[in-house]
Amino acid sequence: MKLKTECHEANHICDKNQYKEATFLEKVRLNIHLIYCRACRKYSMRNSKLTKAVNNPTVQTVSTSEKEAMKQRLQEQLNSSNS
Amino acid sequence: MATNQIDPTKWVDQYSDYLFNYTIARVNDREVAQDLISETFLAGLKSMKNFKGEATERTWLISILKRKIIDHYRKSNSKKGKAEVRINYKDEESEGDWLEERVADPFDKTAEDSIQNVELGEAIFNCLSKLPEKQARIFKMKTIDNFDTEAICNEFDITPSNFWVIIHRARTAMASCMEKDWL
Repeated sequence: MKLKTECHEANHICDKNQYKEATFLEKVRLNIHLIYCRACRKYSMRNSKLTKAVNNPTVQTVSTSEKEAMKQRLQEQLNSSNS
Repeated sequence: MATNQIDPTKWVDQYSDYLFNYTIARVNDREVAQDLISETFLAGLKSMKNFKGEATERTWLISILKRKIIDHYRKSNSKKGKAEVRINYKDEESEGDWLEERVADPFDKTAEDSIQNVELGEAIFNCLSKLPEKQARIFKMKTIDNFDTEAICNEFDITPSNFWVIIHRARTAMASCMEKDWL
């Protein structure tokens, strides 16, 4: 295994880590890289803040089935107004 | 003059999440919010010919939605006063110094926090709408709806490395979009 971690690799690991999909070895490599790389430190910080913001419980989405129902109603209305 | 076109068939996909977050921040009830958005789309459909193309579709829908939310509160206000319970210590029997009156109001402290959170959802979906459509959809599926990487790859017919590149681009764009106010 290559010991030195390139910045683009570090970013990739960091992205994966946001979804808890990075392996232990990858995390070690990321952290070693972060010790000496200021740019990646900044990227990691922003990335985890973004994750925190998005995972905030007040952020909600409409579920797919509900969307389908809405679409159907809209379509019905559309058809009836066209005819 | 650049005019904005209207395309109702795309409304649900493009705007429902943004409108939903806008509504839920104001009415605090999933069911009600759903109904209000549905009504908004229908009302938008009816008054489509009044759309002059000066504003964007979304701004226009939001302005309809605002009326709907106000109407909702008017309606619920007229039902008010039927089942209200008020604790009153002011009658003769219970006069004195009551411990209950000195308890801190738990809603008071968090008022500011919840205002911030209210706007966060809107900010996220606002930024999300600025991304290219495919990026936005993949980012949303992965990050907010918590789909598996594999499932998304299958649905969009892309390789995992392709997927991570898209995620990386989306995250960078999202972070710089939200940086000023939120990160």
